[in-house]
Amino acid sequence: MINRFANPARFMRLSAAILPWCAAATVALLAIGLYLALVVAPPDYQQGEAVRIMYVHVPAAWLALSVYLFIAVASGVALVSRHPLAEIAARSAAPIGAGFTFICLVTGSLWGRPIWGTWWVWDARLTSVLVLFFLYLGYIALVNGFDDPARGAKAGSVLALVGVVNLPIIKFSVDWWNTLHQPASVLRLGAPTIALSMLVPLLVMAAAFWLLFATLLMVRMRTGLNERKALALRLNRMPVPSSVRAEPASPASESVASAGPALR
Amino acid sequence: MTALYGIFRHDLGLALRQGGDTGLVLAFFVLAVVLFPFGVGPEAEILARIAAGILWVAALLAALLSLDRLYQPDYEDGGLELIALAPLPLELAVLAKSAAHWVATGLPLVLLSPLLALFVDLDPHAIPTLVASLLLGTPFLSLVGSIAAALTLGARRQGVLLSLLVLPLYVPPLVFGAGAVEASALGAAARPDLLILGALTLAALPLAPWASAAALRQALE
Repeated sequence: MINRFANPARFMRLSAAILPWCAAATVALLAIGLYLALVVAPPDYQQGEAVRIMYVHVPAAWLALSVYLFIAVASGVALVSRHPLAEIAARSAAPIGAGFTFICLVTGSLWGRPIWGTWWVWDARLTSVLVLFFLYLGYIALVNGFDDPARGAKAGSVLALVGVVNLPIIKFSVDWWNTLHQPASVLRLGAPTIALSMLVPLLVMAAAFWLLFATLLMVRMRTGLNERKALALRLNRMPVPSSVRAEPASPASESVASAGPALR
Repeated sequence: MTALYGIFRHDLGLALRQGGDTGLVLAFFVLAVVLFPFGVGPEAEILARIAAGILWVAALLAALLSLDRLYQPDYEDGGLELIALAPLPLELAVLAKSAAHWVATGLPLVLLSPLLALFVDLDPHAIPTLVASLLLGTPFLSLVGSIAAALTLGARRQGVLLSLLVLPLYVPPLVFGAGAVEASALGAAARPDLLILGALTLAALPLAPWASAAALRQALE
């Protein structure tokens, strides 16, 4: 089933059909979500209007973690089954994930200023998310750090799997350490400790962010596949160097001449 | 076992005989620590307050400095391929190389640290904790660093890339190592931090050679 959909040609056809719908759904859900979050949802009894930052901050944080997990799973598949699509999926998702992590850090900082009275504290949750951001940057730098793209993709896959150790640390940092950051209030054992009037806009925004990720990922994967195709075409078109295209008359270059067609 | 010891002795011999690696790392460690009093001023109270952090950060950077030499010489002269082809599992070869790296760079850092602690006015009671924390933490630096060294083999601008990959992974030992020294300087118990630091190293001991060997295999493909 995975192999059936992991065929690059089939992926190109399928994603071309899905992409416009996915993009439209993203825009629609983002509009609804932002309206619910900024207008309909009630202000917090303590934080006032500043609580509305949550509707961007929390989904971005969820996505930052989930995208890293996605990269790790895709990397694992790429290492085990050597599927080209898994590699492209992993490397295409990385800048998007880094973007979500950056949004999470910036909105968190803007939210912290009025509520905590500081832009930044070195508590466990903030620090581990910052490390996640650096892991994303390291992954992107490593994947692009080699002259041979295939080597970069494989090295990146190993790094992505090593970096997974950071994910549980981020998720449970608020439970293990006594942090300024509040503990989990939605994804926890038992019922969420957040009012329904705030939970609904939050979930709509989260769905919108997920769709945004899917849309961007498809666009980037299509670009990656097209790039690869263009590279292959260019390599095929490349003229054979004159030293290789030797005259068959000269006996010294016979072996080279016989290798000629294979090179072409 | 002979092969394991052979790799260990070969690497250690190269590191010590060329004199470059160990000497350079120690010189860097001393210089990095000595720079701080120039930067933050020579007041003893301020230095004593941040001494734990200074020593740990400097040790971490010094360990980082020598990482690119872990596989690079063998990679260039083809020895790494022979090691990979040998009957000895690559994971164990990696472990031997990491151990040699630790003895050549980590252990001298540990031995030199009490002297440098005097430079930055660390509370004398905290010096045993400093040595213990470095002794527990530096193997982690060599083990996890070997993963990044294997990943960046043959990359453009290997040094920068290596630090970008390895520094985020070095945050946990830094937090707990410096935490232990600071706790002991303030008269609190350093034991919890030291235990976590030891747990980190113990977890890295089987896992890091495994990841490092996987990275080496795809570098040699």
